[in-house]
Order: sequence, then C-alpha cells, then structure tokens
Amino acid sequence: MDALLELRRVSKQFPGHRAVHDVSLAIPRGTFFSLLGPSGCGKTTTLRLVAGFETPSAGEIWLNGRRIDQAPPYQRNVNTVFQNYALFPHLTVQGNVEFGLRRTGAADMQTRVGRVIEQVQLSGKESRRPSELSGGERQRVALARSLVLAPDVLLLDEPLSALDPQLRKQVRSELKELQRKTGVTFLFVTHDQEEALSLSDRMAVMNGGAIEQTGAPQELYQRPATRFVASFLGAMNWINGCGVRPEATRLSRQIPQNATRARRGAVSQSIFLGAHTHIEVKLEGGEAVVAQTAPSDGAFQPGEAVHVWWSPDDELRLP
Amino acid sequence: MRALRSWFIAPSAVLMAVTLAVPLAIVCVYSVLTRGAYGGVEWPWTLENYSRLLDPLYGAIFGQSFGIAAVATGLCLVLGFPLALFIARSGSRKNLYLSLVILPFWTSFLIRTYAWMFLLRDTGLINTLLQALGLIRAPLPMLYNNGAVILGLVYGYLPFAVLPLYATIERLDASLLEAAADLGARPMATLARVTIPLSAPGIRAAAILVFVPCLGTYLTSDLLGGSKTILIGNLVQNQFTASRDWPFGAAISILLIAVAMALLLAVRRQGSELV
Repeated sequence: MDALLELRRVSKQFPGHRAVHDVSLAIPRGTFFSLLGPSGCGKTTTLRLVAGFETPSAGEIWLNGRRIDQAPPYQRNVNTVFQNYALFPHLTVQGNVEFGLRRTGAADMQTRVGRVIEQVQLSGKESRRPSELSGGERQRVALARSLVLAPDVLLLDEPLSALDPQLRKQVRSELKELQRKTGVTFLFVTHDQEEALSLSDRMAVMNGGAIEQTGAPQELYQRPATRFVASFLGAMNWINGCGVRPEATRLSRQIPQNATRARRGAVSQSIFLGAHTHIEVKLEGGEAVVAQTAPSDGAFQPGEAVHVWWSPDDELRLP
Repeated sequence: MRALRSWFIAPSAVLMAVTLAVPLAIVCVYSVLTRGAYGGVEWPWTLENYSRLLDPLYGAIFGQSFGIAAVATGLCLVLGFPLALFIARSGSRKNLYLSLVILPFWTSFLIRTYAWMFLLRDTGLINTLLQALGLIRAPLPMLYNNGAVILGLVYGYLPFAVLPLYATIERLDASLLEAAADLGARPMATLARVTIPLSAPGIRAAAILVFVPCLGTYLTSDLLGGSKTILIGNLVQNQFTASRDWPFGAAISILLIAVAMALLLAVRRQGSELV
C-alpha cells in the first residue's frame, strides 16, 4: 500500500542546533502512527515540519501524491492538535469548531459542526468559552476543530500531557476509539512509551534528531534494533552484555537445574506494585538488575541470597 | 506587611491628593461662583455658568472637538496597529524600535509643534520645495485648518497608541496564530479573526490614551488650527485669559472632565463584558 504521508530524508537545521537529521517515514492511510522519544529528540520539530510551521533544510515531504514541504500551513490538508490546544479564547466552542469551515463557506457547515461536536461528546456546550471548559473538554474541542475539516492527517503534539493522570488513561482510549471510528490517519507525538505502545498501529522511536527504529509496537518491544530503543521501551537489565527484560528475569533460592544462564546476587529491595512485585538484585559482579515476580513466586527479603536466571531465548544482543 | 505597603504608597497618595484632588476641588468651587471684574471669582454662588453651556455655540465647539479627537484617535489606531505588530515581531530589534517610538519625547511638544508650522506654512519647507520643483504654482494651504490640527495630534499621540498596542500584541500566544494558519486562515484572515479581536484590550487602552488628551488639547489647535478651529481647550484657555471669566472656564472644564470620565467608564464596562 502506498504511503499517504511520506518524509524523504528530511533534515532541519536551526542556528547552532540540528533538530532533525535525515528522517524518512512512510505512513499508510488510516494508520495510528506514533513518534516516540525523549524531550529534545526532534519529534515535535518533525511534526511542525509536516504541519508547515517549519520548512525543512533538506529533504521532501509528500502528502497524498503532492509535495508539500514548501507550502504554507493553510495550504496543507493536515491539521494539528496543539499541546496546549491553542483554542481561540474569544470564540465559543461552536466558533472554534467553525473556524476552519468559515473560509471554505461549506453549505452543510451547521450539519458538519453539529455532527463532529456530537462525536466528541460536547453537545450542549456549544456556547461555552474555552475558559469555561475542563481540560478534557478543551482537548475534545481541539480535536473537533481539526476533524471537522476532514484532514488527510491529524497531527497530535503530546495531546494528553496537559491532562491529569487519572483522566489521561480514559482520554487515551477515547482517542483510539475516535481514530478507529473516523478512519483518519493520526500522527501522534509523545514521550510516553506506554501511550505509544498502547495506541499505535506503527511507531518510530527518535533519538538525537534521528529515527532509531520503525515498526509495530510489539516488534519494537520484542526486537529492539538498538540499545536506546531497548531501554526506552520498557525496562531492560543489562547482564553479561545482553539485554533481559525484567519480566523474563527469574529468581530462585536454589540454582535451577535446567538454567543455562544464571548469576548469583543478593536482594537489595522489594517493591510491591499490586499485580506484581519488582525485586531489585545486586549481582556479584556489581550490576543491579530488576526481576518482575508474581505473588505466587513467594516473597524475597532484602539481604537474601538468590540466583538470577533467564532463558537464552529472552536474551537481546544489541550493538 | 499591610502597614509597610501603605507607607510605600503614601508619597504618591499625598502627591495625587495635592496636585489632583485639591485643584479639582478648586475648579469645582469656581464653576459655581460669579465672575470677578478683573478675573478671579466673587460671591454669590450660581448655576448660571452651566446654563450658559446650553448655548448652541458651545455645542458646536464640543461637537468639533469630539469630531477632531475621534478622527485623530482612529488614525492613531490605524497607523499604530501595523507599527506595533511590526515591532512585536522584529525579534532582537524590538527594543531599538521601541526606543525610536519614544524618541520624540526627548524634545518638547511645543518645539515639535512649531517644527510642523515651519514645514506646513506657505513659505515652509514643503511648499518651497514643491514650488522649486515646479509641481505647484501657488502654495498649498496646509496650515491653519482642521487637517493640520489632526496631523499634529496624530503625530503627537501616536506613541501613546503604539505602546499599549505593542504590549498586547507582544503577549499574544504564538500558537494561536499557528492554529489559525493550521485551520486554513491566510495571514490577512488570521489578522482579522484572531490578532485584532485578541488585541481588543490594547486597542481600548490605546483609544482612551489618545482620545482623552486629544479632546482637551489646546496647544496643537492654537498653533496649527485656523481662526475657525476653536476646540474645548482653547475655549477654556480663553475664559481664563482674554475673557477673564474664570467661573465659566471652570464650568467648561468640569463638563469636559465629566464627559471624559463617562466615556472611560463606558469603554471599561464593555471591556469587562468581553473578557
């Protein structure tokens, strides 16, 4: 399938700072695609290049078969949900949602606005100002304002980061549901690996302005291509030069007979997390590792001598 | 802490009381007294000074003053807004441009107004130049008319419009402008639908700061205006000088202050509704 949005070797150089370096991406239509990385990794700049707020120093951006990297934002059929939502404070919910349609003078404007407001569950709040809305409602206005224009790609810049943690998980599933129902292609920027893993069809991990790896979430988690990806997606123990996930790291008091990979160590801390417990172990070589244990594995006390073992199949050998 | 705070504001409070409240009270009292033979005031008290203001002659002067002040205010806003926008978006050169805007204050307003006379009069720089170039035969009548007064006011009060406009525009959230472009608005549409509406507080402040002093101006109209350009300020000045009718001058002043206050409150109220 042809890509709806394609970045070809895109770079962005700011004075004294290389924000994006040689990034290539191909995003198929209808995909929920995430750009994941720590702050300053270039993910937001990449999004702004697609939106048209920045112009690439090198490379090309293609949308729907048309090259768009030199076009101004108002001539690109992409819309952005800003991190702070950037709602117009002088306009009502209705006014914000209508903003982009007023220009096109769409005859069915009222119908479209009504439908999208219903879709994001803001019916009855059309005449409120943004200052009279909760954080979650503001985010839905930002979504509605963009979606009503039926963009080829919806760009979302950390849209959940302004919400409080309890609300975040709920809004996350609403967002996924909305993407599924509307079928719009989402390009989602986040620094939260859990968000990226749970929402994305495909994702790319960025670091230092470049893409480390692109693929489906499971693929990236199970077969990370670099140490950075392995550490950034979930936790990773580095033992004997190999990576072992905490959930693949086993503990026992006696040395297990079938174990081909084992080290001795002492429990330094036990952290109860509800469904499972994280046991921190200091190995004899001095490395600290974490093992994720189930309640049935029994309790390990700090100071206790244990064997840490794992299956060779769970080892990740990375450059 | 509270006590300390009142000590800090005490000097300015005393200054305001002495230089504003006391003279205002004196003007109030004068406005209801009888005119003295050689200036000054005498008993008994009367409301006649106010009833004289009902004369259509004074209504016309008030009308002309409001008209000229309104036109000057409008021009200051129209000229000041693009300038303020330009300064707010000029990055590291903002401070340079701002100091250029307030540079004229380094010279007396009186001298700057005289400079305009030298430019505009029949034998002035502009007419001499145009005649020397053969573009005109007779000098253009540029001085001693309402146009010259408006020019002088706009020139004098433009900085008072630019500064509050700049302060508002500079604080505008840049992501709102990006959002407008993102939603398909071209630069002019963004200006009309986002920048200007969100600059309303600055526009109101600029309008008040320009309109009120323009309404009470007397120097500009005295020097640049013709014999027909008598504004409220000139009328007041006349009462205290040539006409030696202090109580009537005081009554006009009180009316001017009342009108300016009423306008201020009206604009304030409108502002609080919008925000």
